[in-house]
Formats: sequence, structure tokens, C-alpha cells
Amino acid sequence: MCLAVPLKLVEIDGNDAVAELDGIKMKIRIDFVKDVKVGDYVYVHAGFAINKLDEELAKENLELFREVANAAKNKSE
Amino acid sequence: MQLKINPNDIKDIVEFINNYDKKTIKIMEVCGTHTMAIAKSGIKTILPENIKLISGPGCPVCVTAINRIDEVLALSQNPKVLIATFGDMFKVPGSRPGVNLASLKSMGAKIEMIYSAMDALLIAENNPEYEVVFLGIGFETTAPGTAVAIKEAKERNIKNFSVFSMHKFVEPALRVLLDSKEIEIDAFICPGHVSTILGIKGFKFLADEYKKPSVISGFEPEDILTAIYKIIMQIEKNTAIVENEYLRIVNLDGNKFAQKFIEDVFEPVDDVWRGLGVIPRSGMGIKDIYSDFDTVKRFDIKLNFEDKVTICKCGDIIKGKIEPKECSLFAKICSPENPIGPCMVSSEGACAAYYKYLRF
Ligand code: SF4
Repeated sequence: MCLAVPLKLVEIDGNDAVAELDGIKMKIRIDFVKDVKVGDYVYVHAGFAINKLDEELAKENLELFREVANAAKNKSE
Repeated sequence: MQLKINPNDIKDIVEFINNYDKKTIKIMEVCGTHTMAIAKSGIKTILPENIKLISGPGCPVCVTAINRIDEVLALSQNPKVLIATFGDMFKVPGSRPGVNLASLKSMGAKIEMIYSAMDALLIAENNPEYEVVFLGIGFETTAPGTAVAIKEAKERNIKNFSVFSMHKFVEPALRVLLDSKEIEIDAFICPGHVSTILGIKGFKFLADEYKKPSVISGFEPEDILTAIYKIIMQIEKNTAIVENEYLRIVNLDGNKFAQKFIEDVFEPVDDVWRGLGVIPRSGMGIKDIYSDFDTVKRFDIKLNFEDKVTICKCGDIIKGKIEPKECSLFAKICSPENPIGPCMVSSEGACAAYYKYLRF
């Protein structure tokens, strides 16, 4: 539950936004992150962006995240 | 002991930790997600005898007292109530064996699994014939989202929505653990995502008041190993500070917007924790201006603050007193398919982590 995932913002409408990871889109809220724009990366926890991420770091993080996700997938297969 | 190491090279760090034999160091990892990550990565297998990692009270479902579960289960029997909850709560048993939200749902109770507090609000809007109750579980990372939902319910005048707040502050529980001296803790790995909200500041008390070396860490094996290395270095240098290893998303002051939402909607109230009993000002109670959205008030629930003793040893696990294997039910009667306590249910629970990765 306390997991947070780095996602890319693809739509913003007030405090509502759509974020994406590898083509999977998710409705989130961005009440806690100000001055974000489409294309920015945010860390999402339980449907809320809890922080904005530096793009470079986000990409690094995403790589790690994918590696972990893949490792988990391979293990369960 | 090898002293000249390159702290950026994870191989060096692993070797350093593996060969460290100078002192006994007990490190508490506060957060349940760390417990899971540590179990999964096999970090414990490379630790020398003298370095111990102990799980702390950072699994929100695990620290929820059994009375609260019973109260939630009872509420779900009200035919007008629809309960919206994060998945972690589904299989947590109450006092009656085998009875949990999942089993009650299969018998007709209205219970929905959701991912965000906002989903609960949406369910309320779409189902005006039901009283939608959102189970507010979690620490400072999750509570701001609940606060947004409550504020919005008020603004948009959504009358059939309320929150059963079991949200908690992390700091009071850590203080109780340290003050009680029941177990020895030499250092802390601080929870990464709670720190995102509270900032480094939120954990300064560990170093300043209790003189415990503390490192805020991310969740990758490299992060956790680096945190352990930094803790050893602090202990060797005889200092105690809060270091931030999770630079990617944690800063000094945390997320002020999220903090403000918590402050606006919640106030500290005494709350009961499984295994720790009642801790003053450790719970997040809903402020009077939002009392219309407080499930406890709306349904006049008489909260029971007793910390009931059960056969499950989660209470001792939360305190770091024992490891899951020391519970006589572990992997025998108690398993993820038939969990006896919340530590075996939650994706952040120590028993679930041990069952999955460290059983043999
Ligand atoms: S193994 Fe089961 S009964 Fe034992 S402490 Fe863990 S959850 Fe409780």
C-alpha cells in the first residue's frame, strides 16, 4: 500500500490528471504537486502524486522499477 | 575490516558489510515496504551475525487493533452501508476466526476494493442509496489523500460519504518503542515515502533526542545496502544524524501541500496500536468542522481502546521483539491463504514477507 510508482503526466485538468506508465493510463490527483505540466514525472501513491521527479532521475527510477517488475514477473512465471 | 572502500560501488559496500565484525548493531526498518524489499532481495543472507535488521511498526494494517477490525466488520453488516477499502484490509481477521471483509462480502455485505480515496467518493456519488464508508488506513503518506476526499465531499456536499479514520502518525509510535526500552534499537532505516511528505525534518528527533543514527532510504536493494553502510559509518564515527539516501524524492521540508491537508482535516487524538496499546496523540482524528464525514460520529460507534491479546503474535512482531518464525503458528496454521493475523495478510506485513521469501 505504501508503494509509490513513478508515472508520466499525460493530461492535466485542475487537480485531476492522467498519468501513464508503459501505455497503461491511470487517473490521479495532483493536489500536492504544484507547477507540474504534461510530460513531467511524478511519484504516485494511492492515487495521489506525492512528489515531482526530476526527469533524469525519473528515467533511472523507471528502469529500476521495470527491472524489479520484470524480475517479479519472471519469478512468478 | 576493509576501510578504503568506494561508497558508490555496491560491490564494495556488500563486501564491507559482509566483513564488518566490530560491533553488534540492531537496525530497525520502520516501514513495511522495506521489510518486504529486504526479504525479497535476500539482504539478510549477506549480513554478518552481528548486524541485525528488525521490522518495525510501519505496516499500517498490522498496527490496526483487532477491535477496530471488529468494529469495521460489524459496520459492514448494516444493510445501508457500503465499505470502500484498500485491498490490504480485505483478509484481515477480526476476533472471530475466519471472519473478514472478504468472507462477509461473499455473504452479501457491500464491500468494494479501491486504489484511491477519490474512488470512494465517486462510489458515493454514483450510489446515493448507500452510506459509503472509506476505511482510512495508513500513515502520513496516505492520510493527505483521505483529507482531500473529505474536503471535497464537504465542498461538493456529498452527504453519503464518511471516513473511518484509523490513520496514524509514525513519530509517537517510534518514541514509545524507544522510551519503553523493551527492545534495543541502535539505528533506524527511515520510511522513504513517509519522508517524502514529512521531509528529513520529520525524523530529526531520532538523531537529536535519541542519538540514533538514521538513514532515509529508498526501496531498491542498493538503497537499503547503502543505508546499512551509512549507519555503520555513523556508529564507527560515534555520531548520530539523519542522512538522506533517498535523494530522488526526499528533501528537507517534505511536501508542504500534503502536510497542510493533514493539518486542515485531522487532529492528533489518542489511539490504540496493536501490540503497543494506547499511544497519546498518535491517531488522526477528523476535526469537528468535518464531523459530518466522520464514520465514528455518524454511526455512533463506541470505539474500544483495549489492546486485546490474541493467539497471534503480530503485536510482538510490530515491536521488533520476535521474528515471524518465532510465532508457533507461522507457516503451520497461519499462511497467506489462512491468515490468523494482519502481519500475514498485508503486502507489507513481516509474516507475509517471511512466508514468501524466508520460510526455509
Ligand atoms: S505467523 Fe500469523 S499468527 Fe503468527 S504472528 Fe504472524 S500473522 Fe500472527
